[in-house]
Amino acid sequence: MTNTDVTKKDDTKRYDDAVMSPPVDVVEDAHGITLWADMPGVPKEKLNVRVDADALSIEGEVALPLTSNMEASYVEVQLPRYQRTFTLGKELDSEKVAAEFRNGVLKLSIPKVENAKPRKIEVLAS
Amino acid sequence: MYRTLFPSDFLADLERMQRQMLRFAGPASSIRGFGRSGFPALNVGTTPESIEIFAFAPGLDPATVDVTIDRGVLTVSGERKSELPSDGNKSAVHINERFNGSFRRVVSLPDDVDPDNPTAKYADGVLHIRIMRRAAAQSRRIEIQ
Repeated sequence: MTNTDVTKKDDTKRYDDAVMSPPVDVVEDAHGITLWADMPGVPKEKLNVRVDADALSIEGEVALPLTSNMEASYVEVQLPRYQRTFTLGKELDSEKVAAEFRNGVLKLSIPKVENAKPRKIEVLAS
Repeated sequence: MYRTLFPSDFLADLERMQRQMLRFAGPASSIRGFGRSGFPALNVGTTPESIEIFAFAPGLDPATVDVTIDRGVLTVSGERKSELPSDGNKSAVHINERFNGSFRRVVSLPDDVDPDNPTAKYADGVLHIRIMRRAAAQSRRIEIQ
Protein backbone atom coordinates (compact mmCIF):
# COMPACT_ATOMS: atom_id res chain seq x y z
CA MET A 1 0.00 0.00 0.00
CA THR A 2 2.87 2.34 0.78
CA ASN A 3 4.05 2.16 -2.80
CA THR A 4 0.64 3.02 -4.14
CA ASP A 5 0.46 6.07 -1.91
CA VAL A 6 3.78 7.34 -3.20
CA THR A 7 2.67 6.94 -6.78
CA LYS A 8 -0.51 8.82 -6.09
CA LYS A 9 1.35 11.75 -4.61
CA ASP A 10 3.43 12.05 -7.77
CA ASP A 11 0.30 11.88 -9.85
CA THR A 12 -1.25 14.73 -7.90
CA LYS A 13 1.47 17.10 -9.02
CA ARG A 14 1.21 16.00 -12.60
CA TYR A 15 -2.56 16.26 -12.81
CA ASP A 16 -2.80 19.61 -11.09
CA ASP A 17 -0.80 21.27 -13.85
CA ALA A 18 -2.42 19.39 -16.68
CA VAL A 19 -5.21 21.17 -18.51
CA MET A 20 -7.00 20.73 -21.79
CA SER A 21 -6.62 23.39 -24.42
CA PRO A 22 -10.10 24.18 -25.76
CA PRO A 23 -10.39 24.36 -29.56
CA VAL A 24 -11.17 27.89 -30.74
CA ASP A 25 -12.22 29.83 -33.82
CA VAL A 26 -10.99 33.41 -34.15
CA VAL A 27 -12.37 35.82 -36.74
CA GLU A 28 -11.45 39.44 -37.29
CA ASP A 29 -13.49 42.09 -39.07
CA ALA A 30 -13.53 45.88 -39.16
CA HIS A 31 -15.15 46.17 -35.74
CA GLY A 32 -13.04 43.76 -33.78
CA ILE A 33 -12.26 40.16 -33.07
CA THR A 34 -14.72 37.39 -32.26
CA LEU A 35 -13.56 34.23 -30.51
CA TRP A 36 -15.49 31.01 -29.99
CA ALA A 37 -14.17 28.35 -27.62
CA ASP A 38 -15.56 24.85 -27.06
CA MET A 39 -15.69 24.09 -23.35
CA PRO A 40 -18.28 21.34 -22.91
CA GLY A 41 -19.13 20.27 -19.38
CA VAL A 42 -18.30 23.62 -17.80
CA PRO A 43 -21.20 25.20 -15.88
CA LYS A 44 -21.46 28.98 -16.18
CA GLU A 45 -20.34 29.60 -12.60
CA LYS A 46 -17.11 27.68 -13.15
CA LEU A 47 -16.12 29.68 -16.21
CA ASN A 48 -13.51 32.36 -15.79
CA VAL A 49 -12.56 34.95 -18.42
CA ARG A 50 -9.80 37.36 -17.44
CA VAL A 51 -7.89 40.17 -19.09
CA ASP A 52 -4.58 40.99 -17.46
CA ALA A 53 -2.66 43.76 -19.21
CA ASP A 54 -2.72 42.42 -22.76
CA ALA A 55 -3.23 38.75 -21.92
CA LEU A 56 -6.69 37.28 -22.31
CA SER A 57 -7.14 34.01 -20.47
CA ILE A 58 -10.09 31.68 -20.48
CA GLU A 59 -10.45 28.96 -17.92
CA GLY A 60 -13.17 26.52 -16.98
CA GLU A 61 -13.70 23.59 -14.69
CA VAL A 62 -15.64 20.56 -15.85
CA ALA A 63 -18.48 19.34 -13.64
CA LEU A 64 -20.32 16.21 -14.69
CA PRO A 65 -23.25 14.56 -12.91
CA LEU A 66 -21.26 11.51 -11.83
CA THR A 67 -22.53 8.95 -9.40
CA SER A 68 -20.18 7.70 -6.75
CA ASN A 69 -20.33 4.05 -7.69
CA MET A 70 -19.47 4.63 -11.34
CA GLU A 71 -16.44 3.05 -12.91
CA ALA A 72 -14.90 4.37 -16.09
CA SER A 73 -14.88 1.90 -18.91
CA TYR A 74 -13.85 4.16 -21.78
CA VAL A 75 -12.45 7.66 -21.42
CA GLU A 76 -11.53 10.26 -24.02
CA VAL A 77 -11.88 13.40 -21.91
CA GLN A 78 -9.57 12.77 -18.97
CA LEU A 79 -8.77 16.13 -17.45
CA PRO A 80 -11.17 18.30 -15.46
CA ARG A 81 -9.97 21.73 -16.64
CA TYR A 82 -9.72 23.85 -19.75
CA GLN A 83 -7.29 26.71 -19.99
CA ARG A 84 -5.91 28.87 -22.77
CA THR A 85 -4.30 32.29 -22.99
CA PHE A 86 -4.09 34.73 -25.89
CA THR A 87 -2.15 37.95 -26.31
CA LEU A 88 -4.21 40.94 -27.38
CA GLY A 89 -2.79 43.71 -29.53
CA LYS A 90 -2.88 47.37 -28.58
CA GLU A 91 -5.57 48.03 -31.17
CA LEU A 92 -8.05 45.91 -29.19
CA ASP A 93 -10.10 47.40 -26.39
CA SER A 94 -9.69 44.97 -23.51
CA GLU A 95 -12.08 47.02 -21.36
CA LYS A 96 -15.02 46.24 -23.58
CA VAL A 97 -14.82 42.48 -23.99
CA ALA A 98 -18.30 41.00 -24.18
CA ALA A 99 -18.77 37.34 -23.24
CA GLU A 100 -21.61 34.93 -23.92
CA PHE A 101 -21.69 31.30 -22.77
CA ARG A 102 -24.25 28.88 -24.11
CA ASN A 103 -24.29 25.08 -24.35
CA GLY A 104 -20.60 24.82 -23.60
CA VAL A 105 -19.55 27.36 -26.22
CA LEU A 106 -17.94 30.61 -25.11
CA LYS A 107 -18.25 33.56 -27.47
CA LEU A 108 -16.09 36.60 -26.86
CA SER A 109 -16.38 39.87 -28.77
CA ILE A 110 -13.38 42.14 -28.45
CA PRO A 111 -13.92 45.51 -30.13
CA LYS A 112 -11.14 47.59 -31.63
CA VAL A 113 -10.15 50.81 -29.95
CA GLU A 114 -11.90 53.88 -31.34
CA ASN A 115 -9.20 55.71 -33.20
CA ALA A 116 -8.38 59.13 -31.90
CA LYS A 117 -9.95 61.73 -34.13
CA PRO A 118 -7.61 63.21 -36.70
CA ARG A 119 -6.14 66.41 -35.33
CA LYS A 120 -4.95 69.35 -37.24
CA ILE A 121 -1.68 70.75 -36.06
CA GLU A 122 -1.40 74.46 -36.28
CA VAL A 123 1.80 75.73 -37.79
CA LEU A 124 2.78 78.96 -36.27
CA ALA A 125 4.52 81.50 -38.42
CA SER A 126 7.39 83.21 -36.74
CA MET B 1 -5.95 15.65 -3.87
CA TYR B 2 -5.90 13.21 -6.75
CA ARG B 3 -7.92 14.87 -9.42
CA THR B 4 -9.04 13.35 -12.63
CA LEU B 5 -12.31 14.02 -14.32
CA PHE B 6 -13.54 10.49 -14.43
CA PRO B 7 -13.24 7.94 -11.67
CA SER B 8 -10.82 5.43 -12.96
CA ASP B 9 -9.68 2.14 -11.69
CA PHE B 10 -6.69 -0.01 -12.27
CA LEU B 11 -8.48 -2.48 -14.52
CA ALA B 12 -9.82 0.23 -16.77
CA ASP B 13 -6.33 1.72 -17.04
CA LEU B 14 -4.96 -1.65 -17.90
CA GLU B 15 -7.60 -2.19 -20.52
CA ARG B 16 -6.87 1.18 -22.02
CA MET B 17 -3.19 0.41 -22.16
CA GLN B 18 -3.89 -2.91 -23.72
CA ARG B 19 -6.10 -1.31 -26.33
CA GLN B 20 -3.40 1.17 -27.19
CA MET B 21 -0.88 -1.60 -27.61
CA LEU B 22 -3.25 -3.61 -29.75
CA ARG B 23 -3.71 -0.64 -31.96
CA PHE B 24 -0.09 -0.83 -33.04
CA ALA B 25 0.78 -4.47 -32.73
CA GLY B 26 -2.37 -6.48 -32.33
CA PRO B 27 -3.59 -9.17 -34.65
CA ALA B 28 -7.15 -7.84 -34.60
CA SER B 29 -8.70 -4.61 -33.46
CA SER B 30 -12.26 -3.48 -33.00
CA ILE B 31 -14.09 -3.25 -36.30
CA ARG B 32 -15.21 0.26 -35.38
CA GLY B 33 -11.66 1.40 -34.80
CA PHE B 34 -10.74 3.57 -31.86
CA GLY B 35 -11.79 6.98 -33.04
CA ARG B 36 -10.16 8.81 -30.19
CA SER B 37 -10.18 12.11 -31.98
CA GLY B 38 -13.81 12.02 -33.10
CA PHE B 39 -16.53 14.54 -32.40
CA PRO B 40 -18.15 14.39 -29.96
CA ALA B 41 -15.58 13.02 -27.52
CA LEU B 42 -17.08 10.19 -25.48
CA ASN B 43 -16.70 9.01 -21.92
CA VAL B 44 -18.43 5.82 -20.90
CA GLY B 45 -18.95 4.72 -17.33
CA THR B 46 -20.74 1.81 -15.77
CA THR B 47 -22.57 1.40 -12.49
CA PRO B 48 -24.18 -1.80 -11.26
CA GLU B 49 -27.55 -0.49 -12.49
CA SER B 50 -26.75 1.46 -15.62
CA ILE B 51 -24.42 2.45 -18.44
CA GLU B 52 -23.62 6.18 -18.46
CA ILE B 53 -22.48 7.77 -21.70
CA PHE B 54 -21.23 11.35 -21.80
CA ALA B 55 -20.85 12.92 -25.25
CA PHE B 56 -18.95 16.23 -25.20
CA ALA B 57 -20.90 18.01 -27.92
CA PRO B 58 -20.94 21.77 -27.32
CA GLY B 59 -23.02 24.24 -29.26
CA LEU B 60 -25.78 21.95 -30.49
CA ASP B 61 -29.52 22.33 -30.58
CA PRO B 62 -30.67 19.20 -28.72
CA ALA B 63 -33.62 18.89 -31.08
CA THR B 64 -31.27 18.18 -33.98
CA VAL B 65 -29.30 15.44 -32.26
CA ASP B 66 -30.26 11.87 -33.06
CA VAL B 67 -29.74 9.17 -30.45
CA THR B 68 -30.71 5.63 -31.42
CA ILE B 69 -30.22 2.19 -29.95
CA ASP B 70 -30.37 -0.63 -32.42
CA ARG B 71 -29.38 -4.22 -31.68
CA GLY B 72 -27.03 -3.34 -28.86
CA VAL B 73 -25.41 -0.43 -30.68
CA LEU B 74 -25.89 3.16 -29.58
CA THR B 75 -25.52 5.82 -32.25
CA VAL B 76 -25.24 9.56 -31.65
CA SER B 77 -25.46 11.65 -34.79
CA GLY B 78 -26.23 15.17 -35.89
CA GLU B 79 -24.70 18.20 -37.43
CA ARG B 80 -22.87 21.20 -36.10
CA LYS B 81 -23.03 24.23 -38.34
CA SER B 82 -20.06 26.50 -38.75
CA GLU B 83 -20.40 29.89 -37.09
CA LEU B 84 -17.70 31.43 -39.22
CA PRO B 85 -18.88 34.28 -41.43
CA SER B 86 -19.19 33.52 -45.11
CA ASP B 87 -18.28 37.01 -46.36
CA GLY B 88 -14.70 36.05 -47.01
CA ASN B 89 -13.48 39.44 -48.13
CA LYS B 90 -14.74 41.43 -45.14
CA SER B 91 -13.32 39.30 -42.38
CA ALA B 92 -10.25 37.21 -41.73
CA VAL B 93 -10.30 33.79 -40.07
CA HIS B 94 -7.19 33.60 -37.90
CA ILE B 95 -7.80 30.31 -36.11
CA ASN B 96 -10.23 27.57 -37.10
CA GLU B 97 -9.97 24.56 -34.80
CA ARG B 98 -13.55 23.84 -33.84
CA PHE B 99 -15.38 20.97 -35.44
CA ASN B 100 -18.11 21.62 -37.94
CA GLY B 101 -20.12 19.38 -40.21
CA SER B 102 -22.07 16.24 -39.59
CA PHE B 103 -20.98 13.67 -37.06
CA ARG B 104 -21.82 10.13 -36.06
CA ARG B 105 -20.40 8.14 -33.21
CA VAL B 106 -21.20 4.58 -32.27
CA VAL B 107 -20.85 2.71 -28.99
CA SER B 108 -21.48 -0.99 -28.68
CA LEU B 109 -23.36 -1.72 -25.48
CA PRO B 110 -22.98 -4.66 -23.13
CA ASP B 111 -25.42 -7.55 -23.53
CA ASP B 112 -27.35 -6.92 -20.34
CA VAL B 113 -28.70 -3.45 -21.15
CA ASP B 114 -32.39 -2.73 -21.34
CA PRO B 115 -32.79 -0.69 -24.56
CA ASP B 116 -36.39 0.23 -23.79
CA ASN B 117 -36.12 3.24 -21.54
CA PRO B 118 -32.93 5.19 -21.92
CA THR B 119 -32.78 8.82 -20.82
CA ALA B 120 -30.83 11.56 -22.57
CA LYS B 121 -30.15 15.01 -21.15
CA TYR B 122 -28.25 17.88 -22.71
CA ALA B 123 -26.64 20.37 -20.32
CA ASP B 124 -23.61 22.67 -20.63
CA GLY B 125 -22.79 21.15 -23.99
CA VAL B 126 -22.64 17.58 -22.71
CA LEU B 127 -25.14 14.95 -23.78
CA HIS B 128 -25.64 12.48 -20.96
CA ILE B 129 -27.28 9.19 -21.93
CA ARG B 130 -28.24 6.70 -19.27
CA ILE B 131 -29.23 3.18 -20.23
CA MET B 132 -30.41 0.89 -17.47
CA ARG B 133 -29.21 -2.69 -17.16
CA ARG B 134 -31.76 -5.46 -16.97
CA ALA B 135 -32.83 -6.13 -13.42
CA ALA B 136 -32.07 -9.82 -13.82
CA ALA B 137 -28.43 -9.05 -14.55
CA GLN B 138 -27.91 -6.91 -11.46
CA SER B 139 -26.20 -8.51 -8.54
CA ARG B 140 -28.59 -9.65 -5.83
CA ARG B 141 -28.02 -10.65 -2.31
CA ILE B 142 -29.24 -14.16 -1.65
CA GLU B 143 -30.88 -14.73 1.67
CA ILE B 144 -29.69 -17.77 3.58
CA GLN B 145 -32.57 -19.53 5.17
